Amino acid sequence: MPTEHATARAWLLADVPGSAFQAYCGRLYLGWLALARNKLALLGLAIVVGLVLCALLAPLITPYGPNQQNLANRLQPASLQHWFGTDQLGRDIYARIIYGSRITLYIVVLVAAITAPVGLIVGTLAGYMGGRTDTVLMRLTDVFLAFPRLILALAFVAALGPGLENAVIAISITAWPPYARVARAETLTIRHAEFIEAVRIQGGSTARIILWHVIPICLSSVIIRVTLDMAGIILTAAGLGFLGLGAQPPDPEWGAMISSGRQYILDQWWVATVPGIAIFVVSLGFNLLGDGLRDVLDPKSA
Amino acid sequence: MASASGGRVLRTGGELAASVALTFMGLLLVTFIIGRLVPVDPLLAVVGDRASEAARQQAMEELGLNLPLWRQFLIYTGNVLTGDLGMSVTTSRPVVEDIARVFPATLELASLGILIGVVFGIPAGVLAAAYQDRWPDHVVRVLGLIGYSVPIFWLGLIGLLVFYAQLRWVGGPGRLDIFYEGLVPTVTGVILVDSALAGDWEVFQNALSHLVLPASLLGYYSMAYISRMTRSLMLEQLSQEYIVAARVKGVSEFRIITRHALGNILVPLITVVALSFASLLEGSVLTETVFAWPGLGRYITTALLSADMNAVLGGTIVVGLIFVGVNMLSDLLYRLVDPRAH
Repeated sequence: MPTEHATARAWLLADVPGSAFQAYCGRLYLGWLALARNKLALLGLAIVVGLVLCALLAPLITPYGPNQQNLANRLQPASLQHWFGTDQLGRDIYARIIYGSRITLYIVVLVAAITAPVGLIVGTLAGYMGGRTDTVLMRLTDVFLAFPRLILALAFVAALGPGLENAVIAISITAWPPYARVARAETLTIRHAEFIEAVRIQGGSTARIILWHVIPICLSSVIIRVTLDMAGIILTAAGLGFLGLGAQPPDPEWGAMISSGRQYILDQWWVATVPGIAIFVVSLGFNLLGDGLRDVLDPKSA
Repeated sequence: MASASGGRVLRTGGELAASVALTFMGLLLVTFIIGRLVPVDPLLAVVGDRASEAARQQAMEELGLNLPLWRQFLIYTGNVLTGDLGMSVTTSRPVVEDIARVFPATLELASLGILIGVVFGIPAGVLAAAYQDRWPDHVVRVLGLIGYSVPIFWLGLIGLLVFYAQLRWVGGPGRLDIFYEGLVPTVTGVILVDSALAGDWEVFQNALSHLVLPASLLGYYSMAYISRMTRSLMLEQLSQEYIVAARVKGVSEFRIITRHALGNILVPLITVVALSFASLLEGSVLTETVFAWPGLGRYITTALLSADMNAVLGGTIVVGLIFVGVNMLSDLLYRLVDPRAH
């Protein structure tokens, strides 16, 4: 109903919010309005939401299982029965792509859940404590930044053994340093702010200050960075899969699918092409969304 | 993306040297730890699985595995510093020799790649900034966005399918057709240089036809990064007051862009190019796999699949070393060129 809509809007955009919660919701709403003005960012958001939906609804939207073989029907081109054709074991490529979104989402969520907190804690600790703690932590960060990400991930996977979980661990180990840098830079700008001083004078412990007052402020920059990095993480994971070091067959991981479709590329090009397009679309989505978020939350660096 | 332009600027040469040495030690520590993480029993390869306890003990002492970890690390550091990266299990040769043999192929690929990236990326970025929010800008940004989103190994496969298998415009995987292999003596290991030295232009042409696709691919990726950074650096300059002053003075727009603004971003561009060279090495791992290019990246991945840890870690150290070295060089250049850094 329009009136209800109008009151909700008025509540969100109130000049003098009645509570911290209302102010918070209002800020979120303003951010959303700014994001919604950016068509490309919305497209990115739609792609990411689409990825999540595919992952959740996989069994409902695919007529075949991801590993359902039909050797009599292998390497078929696209048809009404098999929208994207079939692969060398007669498996439906469409079903494998849809189920593969689960693996992609799993990697992305897990890497973000591991690296963002680590980066935040290392960065804020270094920035807030300063002095020797800062030197040691940032030196550590620099060391990890001194390796090209994929090569370091390769070395870790070599040590841990191939597999999806190990790929996630290896990517996480290589992905946190930029977040620590961002969080540190942000912390340095507010370290001597009066509201931090106020908490300190009231007897707030260092842990309390960092957890409750510094980290929330660094959060938006780190979220932007993580979103922008998602595409890179997806590409690294796909690269590991392509090299045979990530998810193992018969898992429908997109990079591994390209790798196994590679030998048929001359005659049955779709086997390797379709998963590549899936990777491209999803990383494009994260890139567009990340760019849009950056413009909204951090206009100065656009 | 200010954080992408590298760490804080160090003030003195000594500080720089100390920082590089520390980073390098950290790098060694990381590879050392990775080496210890391997679940494979290191003695198995030496004495076999039926060895007596005494033989195992002896082998352990010979390999220094009974020493405390910090002593082992010191020995490891000493070995690496003296150029001993251990033996490769698969090739039964010292890893250093292997790497010296495969490195020219990667160097050839990466150099041409960065050349393409710079030659196209910088003008594209300048153009995008000069025509901000008009079609040249959109074209450059879309091309960049695609570069950031498409998996390089997949694009390589598609490139092979289209330009090699269908159109026959370029040579296929590998560095040369088998027919041409071993025709020119190896001097530098870079076939383009070797064949030019030998005056064998047929080999040169063949090598170039094999090189052009993977190099363009890598070039495209560095172009995406270089053009994006050039664009934002240019936009920053074009909003400065001295540009307004030059316009008021009646300086032509072309001159403002090429002389005033571009002249001022050359220094930070050094860092950008250095960083993209480093990420090129990363891209070369996957590109070399797709194009059967016998370089460092392919060496690392083949070693990986046969669990040849010395080779993997040796390759990792070399790549890390190049990474650190390139960053240090760009830092030094920065200091030489930028008067404010003195």
